[in-house]
Amino acid sequence: MMDTCRKASELLSQEQDRALGPVERLRLQLHLLICERCRRVEHHFELLRAAIRRCRDDG
Amino acid sequence: MENTRSRGTPQAKEIESERAYLLRYARLQLRNPAQAEDAVQETLLAAIEGAARFSGKSSLRTWLTGILKHKVIDQLRRSAREQPLEAADDRAEAEAIDALFAGDGHWRDMPSDWGNPDAALENSRFRAAFELCLQRLPERTARAFTMREVMEMTTPEICQELQITSTHCWVLLHRARLTLRECLEITWFDGSRR
Repeated sequence: MMDTCRKASELLSQEQDRALGPVERLRLQLHLLICERCRRVEHHFELLRAAIRRCRDDG
Repeated sequence: MENTRSRGTPQAKEIESERAYLLRYARLQLRNPAQAEDAVQETLLAAIEGAARFSGKSSLRTWLTGILKHKVIDQLRRSAREQPLEAADDRAEAEAIDALFAGDGHWRDMPSDWGNPDAALENSRFRAAFELCLQRLPERTARAFTMREVMEMTTPEICQELQITSTHCWVLLHRARLTLRECLEITWFDGSRR
């Protein structure tokens, strides 16, 4: 049941595009709990979204 | 940056005053600057011709952006017809993504701590670095990503537009995010900064 970072990264990305199912959400949460690298990547993905919208709206 | 809140039919001058904003929006989607100019020009003309249809319920900017989205999609369709996407690019991109992970599926390099995101967002040099990274994305990946993030289209809408499956769409969006992340890590958040 231990996921790889690659799988976690896929789910972190898809989380921004669709509602994850309950099992997927649980798997992702469990992975994030033990993986600092993926917690960082989660923040990075969030920043990407904020950055592109900022570029769009701010000029 | 307040939107124009005029009620009633907007004047050509008011419409024209949104040109810079619209151009910025179009340039995030269309890497060819001439195409971005064309999309904006068509938008302004359509808006001036159809100014009477502006209901005043939304801001002028929102209304113009709605028109621009259609013009951008027209341009994307035109360029998709002119230059079909290469399978070789897709392979090269897939390999670049594979290289980010070790054989056991874990990150090859430790993603760094990007610190306070608001500070980065406030920095215009960061935004310029981000746009450069965006320009470097392969064509189709960039298209899917900007449809999602700039136009805020849903996955089904993007799939329909690009004629791909939702799984493929998620793959493209994931690649875009990983590639942008990697690019910013190297060009902005490099080891010398923190």
